[in-house]
Amino acid sequence: MSRNHVSATVNGDQVEFLCETGQTLLDALRDELRLTGTKEGCGTGDCGACSVMVDGRLVCSCLMLAVEAEGKAIETVEGMAKGEKLHPLQKKFIEHAALQCGICTPGFLIAARALLERNPDPTESEVRFWLAGNLCRCTGYQKIVEAVLDAGREMRGA
Amino acid sequence: MRYEAPKTLEQAIALLAGANGRARVLAGGTDLVIQMRSGRAEPELLVDIKGIPELRSLAAEAGGYRVGAAVTCMELIEHAAFAKAWPGIIDGVKYIGSIQVKGRATMGGNLCNASPAADSVPALIAAGAIACIAGPKGRREAPVEEVVTGPGKTTLAGGELVLSFLLPRRQPRSGDAYLRFTPRSEMDIAVVGAGVNLTLGAKGVCSAARVSLGAVAARALLVPEAAAALLGSKVDAAALERLAAAASAACRPIDDKRGTKEFRIKVAGVMARRAAAIALERARGQN
Repeated sequence: MSRNHVSATVNGDQVEFLCETGQTLLDALRDELRLTGTKEGCGTGDCGACSVMVDGRLVCSCLMLAVEAEGKAIETVEGMAKGEKLHPLQKKFIEHAALQCGICTPGFLIAARALLERNPDPTESEVRFWLAGNLCRCTGYQKIVEAVLDAGREMRGA
Repeated sequence: MRYEAPKTLEQAIALLAGANGRARVLAGGTDLVIQMRSGRAEPELLVDIKGIPELRSLAAEAGGYRVGAAVTCMELIEHAAFAKAWPGIIDGVKYIGSIQVKGRATMGGNLCNASPAADSVPALIAAGAIACIAGPKGRREAPVEEVVTGPGKTTLAGGELVLSFLLPRRQPRSGDAYLRFTPRSEMDIAVVGAGVNLTLGAKGVCSAARVSLGAVAARALLVPEAAAALLGSKVDAAALERLAAAASAACRPIDDKRGTKEFRIKVAGVMARRAAAIALERARGQN
């Protein structure tokens, strides 16, 4: 089987990799680029654990082929903290204990950041609807929603 | 499996036509990638159509809109003028999966995947959308309700693909709406879906209507009997009851884990009635 050559940027860095045609972006991130922050939950687009940004769009990386990433700008959870400085969402997830096992957390962080970039002051209901595609089997969501609302407050200096 | 991302329609058609039925069109991939991973689809060639400008454009045309088949759901939702003209199509599009899925999924894919429960399809049918199709023999047009024949099956011939949808010019005092029944309000698959599009005359009498039902037959249905219940009425309670009865009567559903035949038949009437009430409110708001 022929392998496809892909060049893209991931968290601002130029990357090149080879992938099988059927390989998902999720698998390429994890197996070719060794960026294992992005998780596989269901593999069918239902759980959101594999959420990443592609050209500014929130997507499930398990539903996109790696070969489609040619020329795209990809953002993953590895790019959220700036060195040692955590993103406000990451800080608030820790403060509010918005994670337990942690498998869903990278996806929630990426999805929540996408929400707050579009809507810096969402209602609780807007947070819940936006995050409907991210499943968490530990927290019961309440702490996640509180952490996102609190991060929003901090980010807009309220 | 080979991947091609043609930049022109001609190249895409040549690739599809030359693959002896072993090629699949890749738009948003939110159905196809899952089918490939589960082994239900085993194409030899993937033709990614997202590099073809015509399929990615959303523009005003002939007083209405032409929506490229590979325009994503999120792009539609964010297009304020389109969303104002066709709120019922936006209702349907919003129900398609999560924000993540809507960032990739397209109406062209939703139609061609040919699920009876596709949420944007009844809304498109009610809107009177025309699918523009291209293939080795040139271009043709078909009303959206004539594209799908049954689960996973379409009238597209070898080498053909859907290019775009043409939404007609909006008449004054028109409104559309799509509603579905699901146990969970997000991230679920329609047990029943109902799309209604109607136009009111100057005195508030319904002068045009189209009604479409999803998930109650092998494909989304256009139900002229249900639309006839609204025509000439003020879309009052009696007309809505006749609409509901006609909608229920048109259902040919299956029993499955999401709902029984009896439940679907009953709920189709309820959804159609409620969708008509929303469409009415929107039509009155659009003077």
